Amino acid sequence: MLRVSLREISAALKEGRVSPTELCQRCLSFIKATKFLNAYITVAEETALKQAEESEERYRRGQILGDLDGIPVAVKDNFSTAGIETTCASNMLKGYIPPYNATVVKKLLDQGAVLLGKTNLDEFAMGSGSTDGIFGPVRNPWSYSKQYREKSVQNSHTENEDSNWLVTGGSSGGSAAAVSSFTCFAALGSDTGGSTRNPAAHCGVVGLKPTYGLISRHGLIPLVNSMDVAGILTRCVDDAAIVLGVLAGHDPKDSTTVQDPFKPFELTSFIDASKLCIGIPKEYHAPGLSSETVALWSKAADLFENAGAKVIEVSLPHTRYSIICYHVLCTAEVASNMARFDGLEYGHRSSMDKSTEVMYAATRREGFNDVVRGRILSGNYFLLKQNYETYFVKAQKVRRLIANDFVNVFRSGIDVLLTPTTLSDTIPYVEFIKEDNRTRSAQDDIFTQAANMAGLPAITVPTALSEKGLPIGLQFIGRAFQEQQLLTVAKWFEKQVEFPMIQLHGLMDHGHTVCQHQKSAFFS
Amino acid sequence: SSSRDTALGFPWITSHGNNQNPSSSPPDSRAEVYSINTSSWLRLAWRDVAPWVAVVGLEIHAQISSNSKLFSGSQVQFAAPPNSLVSFFDASLPGTLPALNRRCVEAAVMTGLALNCSINKKSLFDRKHYFYADLPAGYQITQQRLPVAVNGSLSYSLCVGGKKNQMVTRTVRIKQIQLEQDSGKSLHDDTRSQTLIDLNRAGIGLMEVVMEPDMSSGEEAAAAVRELQLVLQTLGSSQAIMAEGQLRVDANVSVHHLGEALGVRTEVKNINSARFLARAIDYEIQRQIKELENGGTVINETRAFDYKLGCTIPMRDKEGKQDYRFMPEPNLPPLILYDTKSLPANMNHQQVVNIDWIRERLPDLPSVRRVKLVEQYGILPEHSFTLLNEDGLMEFFENVVRQTQMNPKKVIGWILNDMLGYLKQHNLTVQESPVSSLFLADLLNLLERGTISSSAAKQVSLFWTYL
Repeated sequence: MLRVSLREISAALKEGRVSPTELCQRCLSFIKATKFLNAYITVAEETALKQAEESEERYRRGQILGDLDGIPVAVKDNFSTAGIETTCASNMLKGYIPPYNATVVKKLLDQGAVLLGKTNLDEFAMGSGSTDGIFGPVRNPWSYSKQYREKSVQNSHTENEDSNWLVTGGSSGGSAAAVSSFTCFAALGSDTGGSTRNPAAHCGVVGLKPTYGLISRHGLIPLVNSMDVAGILTRCVDDAAIVLGVLAGHDPKDSTTVQDPFKPFELTSFIDASKLCIGIPKEYHAPGLSSETVALWSKAADLFENAGAKVIEVSLPHTRYSIICYHVLCTAEVASNMARFDGLEYGHRSSMDKSTEVMYAATRREGFNDVVRGRILSGNYFLLKQNYETYFVKAQKVRRLIANDFVNVFRSGIDVLLTPTTLSDTIPYVEFIKEDNRTRSAQDDIFTQAANMAGLPAITVPTALSEKGLPIGLQFIGRAFQEQQLLTVAKWFEKQVEFPMIQLHGLMDHGHTVCQHQKSAFFS
Repeated sequence: SSSRDTALGFPWITSHGNNQNPSSSPPDSRAEVYSINTSSWLRLAWRDVAPWVAVVGLEIHAQISSNSKLFSGSQVQFAAPPNSLVSFFDASLPGTLPALNRRCVEAAVMTGLALNCSINKKSLFDRKHYFYADLPAGYQITQQRLPVAVNGSLSYSLCVGGKKNQMVTRTVRIKQIQLEQDSGKSLHDDTRSQTLIDLNRAGIGLMEVVMEPDMSSGEEAAAAVRELQLVLQTLGSSQAIMAEGQLRVDANVSVHHLGEALGVRTEVKNINSARFLARAIDYEIQRQIKELENGGTVINETRAFDYKLGCTIPMRDKEGKQDYRFMPEPNLPPLILYDTKSLPANMNHQQVVNIDWIRERLPDLPSVRRVKLVEQYGILPEHSFTLLNEDGLMEFFENVVRQTQMNPKKVIGWILNDMLGYLKQHNLTVQESPVSSLFLADLLNLLERGTISSSAAKQVSLFWTYL
C-alpha cells in the first residue's frame, strides 16, 4: 500500500479504502523498520498521529482540505518547523525548536498533510553525499534492493554486505531516501546547487527544483539566498505537480517571490512531440561522465526524436566557468548567512564566556563542522575589500553570462534541455569518503548547479538501472516559470522509460541484521 | 570665547561661506587678523603663523517615526520593557527574511525632497558585516552602493559677531541619505562582568544623513543639526529627539593650516545631546591643534565624548580598521520608486511609492514658515528663528497675537524676552508654562489700552513665579 503514488493514495483515502490514521501508523512503523537508513533525524510521532486523526475527522465529515489531506510527508531538517526540533544536522542548532513554521511547511499543513518528521542532510546543506551531518550519513535504500544485491553477488562485492552500503547523494539525502523507501509520499528538500536533484537521481525518485522566486523561502534556513529553492521529491512526476500546486505562489514574507498569481495545473498524459524542441548542451559531455550515463542520455534523445520531436545540439559556452563561479558566490553568501550563529539568541552557546569575542569564537568552532568553517573562511576572504572586485563582482558578472547562455538557447526555439543529472550511479560510502567534501561537491554538482545560477526550473526523472542495478536519472531544464511545460515533458518521458520500482523485499528481516552493525558504524 | 583661540593665542578661521574648500581660498576680510612684532615674523615660518582651519562633516542617524520596524512588523516604541518588541526576524532566527516597510521609504523620500536631494528611482540594499552582541544577524542591512537620495543641501543660520547680533545664513551640502537598520542596545554590567542586550531597538528604521565637511566649528555643526531636527519634525519623518536616541550625531573633524591640504580626521561618535554637540566638536578641534602644535600627529581613529570630563577619548579599537565585507542583500530586490511620468498605468497606487505624490504633500518647511512669520507679523528674521527653535513657541506667539490688539512687533518682545527668559530660567518648556496665551494677551491688552503702565506690566510678570 505504501508503494503507490501520492495521487493513488489520495484516491484511496477519498474512497475510504484506507484511513489517515492507519496510513500514518503504517508509515511510522515502516520508518522504524528502516531506521538503519538513518533518513530521519526527528520522527514527530505524536503530532503526526494527531494530524492524522484530525484528517480522519475531516474525511468523515466530507470536508477535506485538498489532495494532500491525510498524506504523510517528510521535510528536510533545514526547514523551520514550529515545535519540532530543527537542527540542520549541526551542533549549532541541536536542540533548537523554532517558534514558527516555514511558509512551505505551513502550506502543507494547511492542506491537511501529515508531517512524519525531519529528514537527514549534510550539515547546513553543504555537501553532495548526505554524509557530513552530526547524525551520521544516510544510506541509500538501493543498497538493500534486490536489483542491486543480485548484481553485487554476480560481481562478488559481498565480503560484508553491510559495510558496502551506498550513499544517497546530497544534500537532501534523507528526503530522497524517505521517499525512495516508501516511508512517505512526498518530501521537501532544498536545492542550491543540485541538492534535491542529485540525491533524487541516486535514489531513483523524481526531484524537482522549481524556478527561483516561485516558492517562498521564508523559513528555509539559507545556504545561498540568491540560489536556494525548496525542492520537491516524489515517486512520480504527477505527484510533484500536485505538491507544486500547493506550495507555489507569492509570499509577502519573502520579497524574492514573484507577485504574479500561480495557477496550479494538472498534467496531461499526452504531448504532441512534433511541436517539441529538445536541446542537448554539448558542454555537458563532461570528463568523468560514465559511459552508461552517456548511452542512456543518447537513448533518451533518440526517444524524443523517434516520437517526432526536434532534437538539437546546443551550446552553453560559459559552462566551464560555472563551478568556480558557483563556489565564489556560494561561499560568500554562506559566510554572510552564518554570521548570525553566535550563540546569543538561540542554538549552541559555548561555556567559554570570558568575553563576548571568546564566546563567539568558541561557539562557532564547537558548533560548525570543518566543511562549514572552511566555506565561511573562503567566503570572508572573497568579500574582503581588496578582493571584492576580483572575486565576488567578477563571479556575479560570469553568473550573468551563464544565465544569458540559457536565455539565448531558449530564445532560439528550444523548449527544454536534456542533460545527465549525475556523472554516474551512486557509489559505496567507503569510496565516497576517499575524497573530501569540497572535491565531491565540485564533481557532483557539475550538471545541476547551472540551473541554480540561472534560477531556472529543472527536474530529474529516474530513467533506467545501471549495470550495477542502481538508478540513473536524467535531467530536464526548462524556461523560467514554465513548470507546466517542463513537467509535461518529464511526465511523458517517465511514461516511456517505465523505470522499475525498487524491490525492498525482506527489508524487515534485513533491518534486524543491519541494526546490530549499525551500532558500531554510528555510535563508535 | 576662549575656545576660539589656539594655544599660541592665534585665532582660527571660521567658515568663508558656502561650499568653499577652505584650503584653497585666500583669507578674506572676515578672517580675524592677528598682529605680531616684526622680528618674530621673520623668525617664524608660514606654518607657525598660518591660521588653523577646522573642517567638520557630520553623519546623522535619525530614527524613522513609524509604527513598525524597517524590515519587520514589530512595534517601535520608546522605553518598552526589554526585549518585548522583538520579532523573529529582529532576533535573527534562522530562515527569517526582511520585508521592506513602505512608510520608512516614504519618510526617506520626504526627507530627501525637503533637503533638495535627487531621489534615486532605483536604490539598493547591502549587508555590512561585523560581530557585535547588539547586532543579532552579524550584519546590518544598509544602503552602501546606491542610497535612496543624494546631492542635497540644507541652509541654516547662526548669530555671529562679537555681540552675536548678526545673523548669517550658511549652507551645508547633503551627500546622501540612506536607509538602514538600527542596532540593539548593550548595557554593561561591570559588577557581574556581563553585558545585557536589549533588542527592542534592533531593526528600527534609520535615515543616515551625511553632511559634507562644509562646517568649521561646533557652533555651525550645532546650528545645522538643529535645523535638520526642525525639518524632520516638521515632516514627521522623525521625531528627532536626541534625549530619546532618535537623533545621533557622529562628527568627522580635522584641522589644517590655511592654504595647506586637509589634515587627518578623527571621528567623534554618538554625540547624543544637543547641548554637548558644539562642545564636543570644539574640544576635538582644540585637541588636534594642540597636538599638532606640540609636534605630534593626529591619528585616524574613533573617539567618544566623555560628558563628565568634557573631553574626547579614544574608543577601544581592538581590531584596527574594520573590513565590513559589504555584499548586496540578496533577499531584497532593488527599491524602485516612481514619479507620475514613470508610473505604469496598471500599477496599484497602494503598491508603489510615487515621488511626485509625496512632493505635492510636503508641509511648509521651517525656512518657509520663518519667511511667512516675518511677512505676516513684521517681526525680524532673528525673531522667527527663535520662535521656531523653541517647541510650541510659535503657536503661543500666534495665539497671543490673535487675542490682543497689541502690534505683533511689540508682542514679540514680550514673548522672547519676558516669557522665554522666564521659561529658560526655570528650565520649563512652552507646554509647561504657568502663563497661558490668554493670560498674556489679557495683560498686553491692559497695557495697550493704557489701563496699566509698562512698569506695572513688568511687575505682573514677576509674579508669574508665584502662579
